[in-house]
Amino acid sequence: MVNAKIPDGPLKDKWTLYKNSAKVVNVPNKRKYHVIVVGTGLGGASAAASLSELGYNVKVFCIQDSPRRAHSIAAQGGINAAKNYPNDGDSIYRLFHDTIKGGDFRAREANVYRLAEVSNNIIDQCVAQGVPFGREYSGYLANRSFGGAQVSRTFYARGQTGQQLLLGAYSALMKEVGRGAVKIFPRQEMLELVVIDGVARGIVVRNVLTGEISSHAADAVVLATGGYMAVFYLSTNGKSSNVSAIWRAHKKGAFFANPCYTQIHPTCIPVSGDHQSKLTLMSESLRNDGRVWVPKKVGDKRKPAEIPEDERDYYLETRYPTYGNLVPRDVASRNAKEICDEGRGVGGSGLAVYLDFAGSIAHLGKKVIEERYGNLFDMYECITGSDGYKEPMMIYPAPHYAMGGLWVDYGLMSNLPGLFVIGEANFSDHGANRLGASALMQGLADGYFVLPYTIGDYLARAGFGKNATNHAAFAEAEQQVKDRIQKVLNQKGKKTVAEFYRQLGQVMWNNCGMARNEKRLTEALKKIPEIRDEFEKNLLVPGTGTDFNQSLQNALRLADLMEFAELLARDALYRKESCGAHFREESQTPGGEAQRDDKNFCNVAAWEFKGLTKEPTLHVEPLEFKDIELSQRSYK
Amino acid sequence: MKENLNLTLKVWRQKDKNSKGGFEFYKAEGIDNAMSFLEMLDVVNEKLTKEGKEPIAFDHDCREGICGTCGAVVNGRPHGPRRGTTLCQLHMRYFRNNDTITIEPLRARAFPVVKDLIVDRSAFDRILAAGGYVSVKTGCAPDANTMIVSRENAELSMDAAACIGCGACVAGCPNASAMLFVGGKISHLGLLPQGRIEAKERAVNMVKKMDEEGFGACSNEYECQGVCPKKLSVSNIARMNRDFIRGSVD
Repeated sequence: MVNAKIPDGPLKDKWTLYKNSAKVVNVPNKRKYHVIVVGTGLGGASAAASLSELGYNVKVFCIQDSPRRAHSIAAQGGINAAKNYPNDGDSIYRLFHDTIKGGDFRAREANVYRLAEVSNNIIDQCVAQGVPFGREYSGYLANRSFGGAQVSRTFYARGQTGQQLLLGAYSALMKEVGRGAVKIFPRQEMLELVVIDGVARGIVVRNVLTGEISSHAADAVVLATGGYMAVFYLSTNGKSSNVSAIWRAHKKGAFFANPCYTQIHPTCIPVSGDHQSKLTLMSESLRNDGRVWVPKKVGDKRKPAEIPEDERDYYLETRYPTYGNLVPRDVASRNAKEICDEGRGVGGSGLAVYLDFAGSIAHLGKKVIEERYGNLFDMYECITGSDGYKEPMMIYPAPHYAMGGLWVDYGLMSNLPGLFVIGEANFSDHGANRLGASALMQGLADGYFVLPYTIGDYLARAGFGKNATNHAAFAEAEQQVKDRIQKVLNQKGKKTVAEFYRQLGQVMWNNCGMARNEKRLTEALKKIPEIRDEFEKNLLVPGTGTDFNQSLQNALRLADLMEFAELLARDALYRKESCGAHFREESQTPGGEAQRDDKNFCNVAAWEFKGLTKEPTLHVEPLEFKDIELSQRSYK
Repeated sequence: MKENLNLTLKVWRQKDKNSKGGFEFYKAEGIDNAMSFLEMLDVVNEKLTKEGKEPIAFDHDCREGICGTCGAVVNGRPHGPRRGTTLCQLHMRYFRNNDTITIEPLRARAFPVVKDLIVDRSAFDRILAAGGYVSVKTGCAPDANTMIVSRENAELSMDAAACIGCGACVAGCPNASAMLFVGGKISHLGLLPQGRIEAKERAVNMVKKMDEEGFGACSNEYECQGVCPKKLSVSNIARMNRDFIRGSVD
């Protein structure tokens, strides 16, 4: 069994008690410690800056050409905090409660409570850095209600909140770089974790410009490398988002928790053809004023304006009279899929539903809609060439966010001592479904306000000075990386990386996507190794390993995604219940909603790697709910 | 309307920083006009790969116009013909059948070519490390609403903060000046009370670094504003100059 090391004491005091009893590294000793941070999104940048301010030596690695480009930058909607500025009854407890419930009771109470507790500090910190949040005419901070929340607790910077928060964290990081305290290594890809005597001691990276392989050792390694939704091929993630860092750590012994919890976002721009390389999300705030509908008749190919009201099915409003178009993401996505599976989807591919603003424009006027969503309408027009003010938008769900990730304890440390995992890369705070505007909150909570305390406790106990790369384990890890690269380059097969990637994505989307069942998951577990077998024999990667070779980079990432895909399917098969975003068709209420099985699955499934051809070992962490009652989610 | 395009691409190819580059011609056939520009390049690259040739290297990541990674000069214009649009958001319906499209890197002395269409923009990071921040440490901030900001300034600040650091302004400027980029950051922070305290040193340090990195001076061509995918205004440069002059006379 895994030990989450949750502090004793009442829920609301746990974090304080933890901090009170945590060991600290004394001030002059901090500079004797070395910490590696991989990834520069909200989690990585905020952690690196904060640790450097404390006095630790910090090295930061990222795959982009600049730390500012991490995919946190693409988050649109906002960031939650329990400030209660609007005086509408919000509190730390309410934010905690909503997050636990939204996650369908599959997150740790203690972690989520701490997240809600530090949420307010994040807003303070960001404002002090100069993040230009939206404001009222009075000059005070503005809030909005987001993602079906009953209170207005979301802070935002137009539709670019992720960008502004990331630029804030990046500026804090660059401040430390400027004073020579942090060293940044852009365009470096982590390809191996080095573990010595069961303890994480460093990483092996490849400089993607030159192909040079190098080792870096430290007293602790922090992975802030994001989620794994790239496994679906088409997703809202950036093209360089990948699973390699956490998968490599998993193969070196770190447990992978709940990989089947994958969020499919309901309001994305539909696929336009085979050439599609990524999917674009439009903020779900659109559902505040847009009505979702499809024709009642199967195969109705008339233009939307030609379909009279009584022949339209506003299916979310009829099925969920209380929440209507504002049902949570998983419910909205699943319903869109069902409708399209029935043959009532719209657009050329039949894989889209309408999001119609005609009613709101008639009621509020075009100007109001423009003020609220102008940038989203522009974006829609830019991509599709269609005017959302004149005809309904078309939307379809897309893979968006990974709730699962490497298993961590309360201190955000994996089961491997010295390996910390923060942000989307860990599994800890969102349970089986993440609420809107909570990803930014978690990334920054981990980096600014949790890790700096917990890593100090570990470092103070472990001692310093383990930052030499002369141990044989580094040479060995470097050799493994070189062998992998050579293997890819030597194949000279017939199929490109993109062809294999699409093939994998199709299996993942069709068999492990929005609705899952035993038959399709079992089939996936057969198909994935088949694709992988061919991938290992028939791959074509031009060029060499000693210069800038983007095909090689993509091939190495895909190789890891192929291995990871199997674990995702296996976890989905193990979890026979439906919960949050994980919908098993065998486990639904008579009304067709997700039916949890708390008796058997009120737990975290943490998998231990045992070899590619062997079944992983399952470690179960039971979840206890003492401060909140387990209940069935209902949005009817 | 859906249409398939046959195009000729004239693309800058360069092995690495130290090699001499040159243009090569490629056919892009049967291009669905619903594709983005980068998806069109994906199609060409897939074909090159199949032929055992090295694909065209280009930088990209989010493909939704916010990360600032992509960018190339298309027919003489950074990010191509459509105003306020990054290359990844430019769609092929803005081109015509049988067009010849010239594609070059975002050129500037301070942005050496790394490979093909990829340039090294790390000079931007170094400029920001010289002063593009508020020197606040984690944990010492007071309650957020103790710092009030007029809505007008908050909006202007946000306009400037929208910069994605792509470098189009530099490539579009005849002098390869980085003043819109630097002015954007100085305005973003300088328009907020929390950023005023260090405003003068910030301007002086960032401008000094900008000059050191080999960017040119501004001669009021306004090209930067014209090619900026986030439509940053040249008034940000005026604000930068104001803080710089104040900082220099003190």
